[in-house]
Amino acid sequence: MESSTETASNAGATIPESNRGRLRKVRGPKRGRGEKGLWDSVKQQKYLYFMSIPFVIWVFVFSYLPLWGWTMAFQNYKPAKSFSDQKWVGLNNFIELFQDERFYLVLRNTLAMSLMGIVFGFVVPIFFAILLNELRGMLFKRFVQTISYLPHFVSWVVVAGLVTKMLSIDGGIVNDLLIALHIVDEPIQFMAKGSWFWYIVTASDIWKETGWNTIIYLAAITGIDQEQYEASRVDGASRWRQMWHITLPGIRSTIAVLFIMAIGHLVSNGFEKQFLLGNSLVTDYSEVLDLYALNYGINLGRFSYGTAIGIFNSLVSILLLFTANGIFKKLTKESIM
Amino acid sequence: MTNKAFNATRSEKLFDLFNYILMALIVVLTLYPFLNVLAISLNNSTDTVRGGIYIWPRQFTLENYKTIFQYDGLLQGLQISILRTLVGTVLGLICGSMLAFTLSRVEFRARKFISTFLALTMYFSGGMVPVFILMRDLHLLGSFWVYIFPGLISAFNVFVIRSFMDGLPYALQESAKLDGANDFTIYWKIILPLCKPVLATIALFLAVGQWNAWFDTYLYNGGAPQWTTLQYELMKILQSTQQGGSSMANSNDMAKQMAQISPESIKMAITITVTLPILMVYPFLQKYFVGGMTLGAVKS
Repeated sequence: MESSTETASNAGATIPESNRGRLRKVRGPKRGRGEKGLWDSVKQQKYLYFMSIPFVIWVFVFSYLPLWGWTMAFQNYKPAKSFSDQKWVGLNNFIELFQDERFYLVLRNTLAMSLMGIVFGFVVPIFFAILLNELRGMLFKRFVQTISYLPHFVSWVVVAGLVTKMLSIDGGIVNDLLIALHIVDEPIQFMAKGSWFWYIVTASDIWKETGWNTIIYLAAITGIDQEQYEASRVDGASRWRQMWHITLPGIRSTIAVLFIMAIGHLVSNGFEKQFLLGNSLVTDYSEVLDLYALNYGINLGRFSYGTAIGIFNSLVSILLLFTANGIFKKLTKESIM
Repeated sequence: MTNKAFNATRSEKLFDLFNYILMALIVVLTLYPFLNVLAISLNNSTDTVRGGIYIWPRQFTLENYKTIFQYDGLLQGLQISILRTLVGTVLGLICGSMLAFTLSRVEFRARKFISTFLALTMYFSGGMVPVFILMRDLHLLGSFWVYIFPGLISAFNVFVIRSFMDGLPYALQESAKLDGANDFTIYWKIILPLCKPVLATIALFLAVGQWNAWFDTYLYNGGAPQWTTLQYELMKILQSTQQGGSSMANSNDMAKQMAQISPESIKMAITITVTLPILMVYPFLQKYFVGGMTLGAVKS
């Protein structure tokens, strides 16, 4: 057990890490030259500065400057005025947000779909990777893999179109099948029923991303020491037992890291699918925080209110990330941060 | 896994059978929607209404494709989509690899600072409204460049390229330096040509991202019809005909016009047009992106 975890965590990292270590050793002596003085090294490395500083500015403008926009949440922001002329309102926007009933509905939808997405979107790829690994025909395995990546490369617009088509009442395969199998008499209007919406979003997500998400697990499985399989076979372990006692523990650390990253994105897991799959009949189930921010913040021009929603979103994400990391640390004495 | 004969018990065989059937089922489940849409797009549109088209067209015709390419909006959208994909991919590759190159140089003094500065962007974002305000203040609303500028540098891509560069032998740079080459020449003439595999991966990511993007068009260029993209046109057409219709899609005339007269087949023809370019490239780049993903995951 112990050794298998170690193998897995090393397996992925071995190649690049060892390379870097080697390079550092080779480059070691060169360092001394650069430590003559700051100015000398800047002059000596001027090309490197020319080649990186424009991009640093770039990143600052497009990623860091918007953080400054968070001040809007504490103002009654009016687009025509300059920063010094804005009226500061303290936490009013947040108070208004927490008093809006709609907000709690939206929060419920966000958490529900995110949780479902994590539970299924996380478990299914692991099982898919393990089963894929058990295929013996290499050609068939490659074929299945290639096909399974396909939906990842298609936009959500197209996926939403496909899903709507498959679930439609005229000519949709799902209804056709249900009727042919006499499970229902009347076609179901899936897209018009709010209660179906969360499941449709989750299923679409699984359909689109499962193949893609297996890549990392398959790589981790490849790193498991083959001798363990040999040894267990000598001991008479069945394929099930091998999967359960070797493969699964072997990718344990990969699973943990990806799980915590997934938790970090729990609240901010996007709105594209909800936007594209939703319609006016199901908004009570389809509206998520980002869509709420879009509708209020941009479409209605309430920039301050929209920013407050965005800040709430970020804070919850960070809180969840730290909580998950804390629990993980307690359980395994490891940390990803 | 190696010696089959050793372990071919009955339960093992049963497991294999079950596994193969399951995998075949997954393949069917993945492929069917595409084949169905393709069949409908190639079928006579009045005949399609009768239903019962699955994976083979009943009355084959190319009429639907002819029809959609008669709309100016669609042709223009196609042009903009191709343009943004080309420009976005090429610029993104150059900028990302150039920054990655400087970060792969261990002796570079600012390396640590820039790495951290860049890595932090993976964990936070200003949010939709502040970014929108920024685009407005930079006068990028209603312009083509709003598709290109914000995504020019992606931390994930830069780190993937850097990991690859770290694996290249340092002696190459050393000898080029002795020959009097400056850092830019080393990057352009020596390192870049060696990075083809990783650049292919990143190019695929960038191109797919550009081709599939629709939300930036919706948010920033909704009122600028000359910059609308194919993906956005498809979004409008699909949204405006969905049950109940979405109140948020501020569809302009073209979308409405198409929605009213467009039967199922036409929508499906556009869906195929939007999907086809990607389906044609990704299998060839598969070996690269699998490596790239693994590299990225390890590093970040």
